[in-house]
Amino acid sequence: MNLSGLIHFFLFPGILFAVPAGWFYMWGERKAVARMQRRIGLPLLQPFYDFVKLLGKRTPSRHGIEADLLRLWPALSVLSMLGAIAMLPVFHDGKGFSGDAVLLVAFLEMPSICFILAGFTSGSIYGEIGAIREAILSVANNLVFLLSIVTIAVTENTFRLSDLSGGTWNPGHWIGVFGILLCIPAKLRLNPFSTSSAEQEIYSGPLTEYAGAALAMWELAHGLEWVALTGFVTTLVVPAGGPWWFHAIAFFVVSFIQVMLLSTVAAATARFTLQRAIRFYWQWAAILAVLVICSTIYMRVR
Amino acid sequence: MNLLDRLMHRCRRKSPFLFHLNTGSCNGCDIELITCLSPRYDVEQLGIHLEGSPRHADILCITGPVTRNTLEAVKTVYAQVCEPKVVVALGSCPASCNVFAGSPVIEGPLSKHIPVDVYVPGCPPHPDAIIEGIARAAQILADRGVSEKAKGVPQK
Ligand code: SF4
Repeated sequence: MNLSGLIHFFLFPGILFAVPAGWFYMWGERKAVARMQRRIGLPLLQPFYDFVKLLGKRTPSRHGIEADLLRLWPALSVLSMLGAIAMLPVFHDGKGFSGDAVLLVAFLEMPSICFILAGFTSGSIYGEIGAIREAILSVANNLVFLLSIVTIAVTENTFRLSDLSGGTWNPGHWIGVFGILLCIPAKLRLNPFSTSSAEQEIYSGPLTEYAGAALAMWELAHGLEWVALTGFVTTLVVPAGGPWWFHAIAFFVVSFIQVMLLSTVAAATARFTLQRAIRFYWQWAAILAVLVICSTIYMRVR
Repeated sequence: MNLLDRLMHRCRRKSPFLFHLNTGSCNGCDIELITCLSPRYDVEQLGIHLEGSPRHADILCITGPVTRNTLEAVKTVYAQVCEPKVVVALGSCPASCNVFAGSPVIEGPLSKHIPVDVYVPGCPPHPDAIIEGIARAAQILADRGVSEKAKGVPQK
């Protein structure tokens, strides 16, 4: 492993940056919603307070394979998110953990899969309902997500992450970015796609039985998901070239703009039913599918 | 208190998660509790968050005079909230059974069944009073965490 790989994993955009940034984005989202509802909203350190407090709770002792699995799922989510963040080509210099978009997609998909498995492992009826909802939603939005990435890959003619990143003026690239942006609310379980973790209807779904440190890990994974998903879009839109500090600042600023955008959508919408969410995504999937096919044909005849 | 304990004390006080349990209330108190979350009162400023699952909660807010049907639920939910925890009785009903006292289907008051830490009297109590009650409960929660550790209660 090279030195810049370690820097990417531990310093920037890895653990040292991503954990506080995740908390900051979660704060930003809740604060923005509060301000839009004319409330004052939560203090800046609230996500940190919640995290530490959860670490101090005494949880019921469970035994056997189920207990280990329940602890494994949030840990796996955190690790896969850290992997995804370390892979992001923030500086567009080809250093760090270079990989291709397929690996990144696999990493980004892990929290959702772990979320589903956690619901089934917990044995709670609400957990299972939430897990089923998440599974269906995940199928619906992943179709759009994957097609968006394929759209970008086809227009750039590569799957290498460092070549995909950096905004180009290709229309296919921007349609792909738009498609990815459409999927982020569902991946983060924000309104209007929050059916799988609905607090009022199914008692937080798969996380119903979680408490204490394991729940804190889920919160952490959620914060890291914010960083990874908005960061992925940022690397796709910020043009390559320029000094490293420009990219570092742009990574933070552009991601935060997306956080504000997503919170506006979350504050302005109510929770969709599952059917409506699926219909929404599959309509976009159809449009994107047509575009991918057209651009592939165009690339071939060119 | 060492630094870590002080941090935990502060975090517990600043981040009370509530679980609301209705034990046969007339809905007056429930409406007043939900009012606290509205833009006018905005309890999110104090880090207060209404949770969907008792497992996530620190403070159990109970309304209603504890009817026979809900008694088992009260005990189960109380057991499901992880330690350290605090119970807040909202309204006059859980404190004294209020207008329902003497009814054959009422098993109240609440303190006969589970330990209650804070009473917020009123029929229904004013949202300001509820917020004060919850803030006090958060302080009790934080102090309890420290005192339990000092007494050597196992922390896992
Ligand atoms: S205290 Fe009054 S308002 Fe509250 S539940 Fe009892 S009767 Fe209803």
